[in-house]
Amino acid sequence: MNPKQRNRLILITVIVVCVGIAVTLAGIALKENINLFYNPTQIAAGEVPKDASFRVGGLVVEGSVRRNPGDLKVTFELTDGAEQVTVHYEGILPDLFREGQGIIAQGRMNAEGHVNASEVLAKHDETYMPPEVQDALDKAGNIEDAAAPGTSSKPAKGY
Amino acid sequence: MIPELGHFALISAFSIALVQGIFPMIGAHKGISGWVAMAKPAALAQFLFVSIAFGLLAYAFQTNDFSVAYIANNSNSALPAVYRFAAIWGGHEGSLLLWMLMLTGWGAAVAVFSDRLPPEMVARVLSVMGLIAIGFMLFILFTSNPFDRLPVPPMDGRDLNPLLQDPGLVIHPPMLYMGYVGFSVAFAFALAALIGGRLDGAWARWSRPWTVVAWSFLTIGIVLGSWWAYYELGWGGWWFWDPVENASFMPWLMGTALIHSLAVAEKRSVFKSWTVLLAIFCFSLSLLGTFLVRSGVLTSVHAFATDPTRGVFILGFLAVVVGGSLMIYAWRAPQVKSTGTFELFSRETILLANNILLVVACISVLLGTLYPLLIDALEMGKISVGPPYFNSVFVPIMIPLAFLMVLGPMVRWKGDSIMNLVRTLRVVFITALIIALLAPWLLYGETAPLAVLGTFIGVWVVLGTFLEMYHRVRNKVNIWQGLKNLPRSYYGMVIAHLGMAVVIIGITLTSHFSDERDLRMYPGDQKELGGYLFTFEGVHQQEGPNYTASVGVIRISKDGKEVTSLDAAKRTYRVQTMPMTEAGIDSNLFRDLYVAIGDSLGDGSWAVRLYYKPYIFWLWLGGFMMGIGGILAASDRRYRIARRIKQDAPEQASTAVA
Repeated sequence: MNPKQRNRLILITVIVVCVGIAVTLAGIALKENINLFYNPTQIAAGEVPKDASFRVGGLVVEGSVRRNPGDLKVTFELTDGAEQVTVHYEGILPDLFREGQGIIAQGRMNAEGHVNASEVLAKHDETYMPPEVQDALDKAGNIEDAAAPGTSSKPAKGY
Repeated sequence: MIPELGHFALISAFSIALVQGIFPMIGAHKGISGWVAMAKPAALAQFLFVSIAFGLLAYAFQTNDFSVAYIANNSNSALPAVYRFAAIWGGHEGSLLLWMLMLTGWGAAVAVFSDRLPPEMVARVLSVMGLIAIGFMLFILFTSNPFDRLPVPPMDGRDLNPLLQDPGLVIHPPMLYMGYVGFSVAFAFALAALIGGRLDGAWARWSRPWTVVAWSFLTIGIVLGSWWAYYELGWGGWWFWDPVENASFMPWLMGTALIHSLAVAEKRSVFKSWTVLLAIFCFSLSLLGTFLVRSGVLTSVHAFATDPTRGVFILGFLAVVVGGSLMIYAWRAPQVKSTGTFELFSRETILLANNILLVVACISVLLGTLYPLLIDALEMGKISVGPPYFNSVFVPIMIPLAFLMVLGPMVRWKGDSIMNLVRTLRVVFITALIIALLAPWLLYGETAPLAVLGTFIGVWVVLGTFLEMYHRVRNKVNIWQGLKNLPRSYYGMVIAHLGMAVVIIGITLTSHFSDERDLRMYPGDQKELGGYLFTFEGVHQQEGPNYTASVGVIRISKDGKEVTSLDAAKRTYRVQTMPMTEAGIDSNLFRDLYVAIGDSLGDGSWAVRLYYKPYIFWLWLGGFMMGIGGILAASDRRYRIARRIKQDAPEQASTAVA
């Protein structure tokens, strides 16, 4: 083995080891930071594991938004047409959060079977429906087209 | 009539693209000089026709021609004129036209500035760009024609998405696209060199300034996008690891690797096939970015348009480009020989490490971005990958990378002594460590391990870069004369590296020492943050050209002295009835004061956001330094002179490889 080959061997070994470590770490990080999506029906059926962060999506039920006096705590119901789930959140809701709108909340289950949300997401387009929410609505099958009133466009799902 | 002319101009441009894509390539292969000579005029003509189409669409926007479907969907007669211009790229069809304008613009630039390149090389480069143009033209003409008419024109348009009605959007997409599409030049040069069998130092030197300019535009585009998100989305975040941001960030990471590996390929004639591979991946990631953003496969704040047929087309195009170029690579690359050798501890090795770290970082971002799509496609459920994943993978990769930034320029090509380097850098290391231990604590009275680490890396890069600069001139008789004589490309590198350090320090300090509060406030309520006293004065109504706004006034004082009074607005746009938060920001070099209002809570109180964000301005400042550094480096005289010399000896260069 001449010096050039030896150098190359050392380089390649170091690269393989480092990349291997990086990939392993990335895999672990990925595993720990995945948020599964559930619809209200699945939550009602108790499919959500305890102590795991997850996402729930649905339509905000008309008339269900209740604000706590004195602070920014808010409670609302999400529905997929079949079941409802109660969501608690503290903070400023996104611009496009309103009753009847499709939104996604991220958080954990609490002891009463409600969702304590750490984040509420609403998309910046009045006709846009998060694909997950559309999918959940389709599965529940009770609402024909859940886009905002006055529009006819039904966004395509990913494929 | 005008839209039809625009459509006709696009068809003409497509026909020219066919000529540009086919004949020069065959001509260069068979030695038909007439066909080779077609490349340049074709590239210029194609740019002319796409410009005409673009100009006509702009004209139709300005004259509110709502019989054109795209304009009816993305504009309104009440929209201010500047946004009627920016609305051209506010939707899918127009964005693609902008893409084409950039692509043909780059092609025309290659045609104009390539006098000193061998004609066959230019012909092959422009031919590859023509082939890319064919694909995109087909896409525009068959699935996304911006000039399509509506059978019944509406009275008025549906208006531009309010989120996009902002000065940031006027310049962010063109900059980003300039970068994205600019990598097509690096790609075309790489493929042309592979096909022509002349993958040598000269190829790297030709390709380098183009790649660096494209990278600079992409850098500035990303910075503008981040800045825009910061002030426009209304909650003060500047990077979300959103798939659409990742879509532009992945080509940037790969492009950063590419410009460094091109340096090695040019100077030392090693890593050549690796560099070609990077150029292919870089442009493929640009295409992937276009696919992710434009196909609607993502759940993301940017996913405005959704149409799967378009997604399938781009995916197919992506497959052809990646597959085709990799096949050419597999066919030609084995003939490439590395001519240089280097020791284990040398600048080559450091730059190799830079490349590997950047590529690994890019792959980890790619994994986090595509994994949810893959799981969804396999019907295994719906998931999302959160920012913690990206932070926990990305930060550990960036730390050694930034550490190496000092070593790269300092270690000699071929081989160097580790002991010498340790001796030189010992002082820098210790000084940086002391500053990092003390600075956060002195500034904010508290500290954290990661704050120390981030500050250390930033200071390390700054001090190391200046020390290296001093080493270059210390033996000169006159130091100022020595500094003046350093080449422009060197200063470009220094500014870009310092820019990176500024970004690192900015991110570190703003992440650790920001004070952010969401509050329920009644008019007259006060709150102290970061030494500033915020007073909520109440909300009044205001009329804009195409919106009404609730404007909250927040007075800010420090030590009893008035600092500023900020307006935080919540606009409701009349056509799309969509609310938009307009934050009020008072910015200087050391801190931003950021206020925004949420909903009216009924009893006279409002949800109010009050942020104190130190050093956040350094993010944009450092980003712009990187972009400017790149442009400075690309404008070095050496590239122009080098071309002249190489022109004298193109034959030798090609025989050396063959």
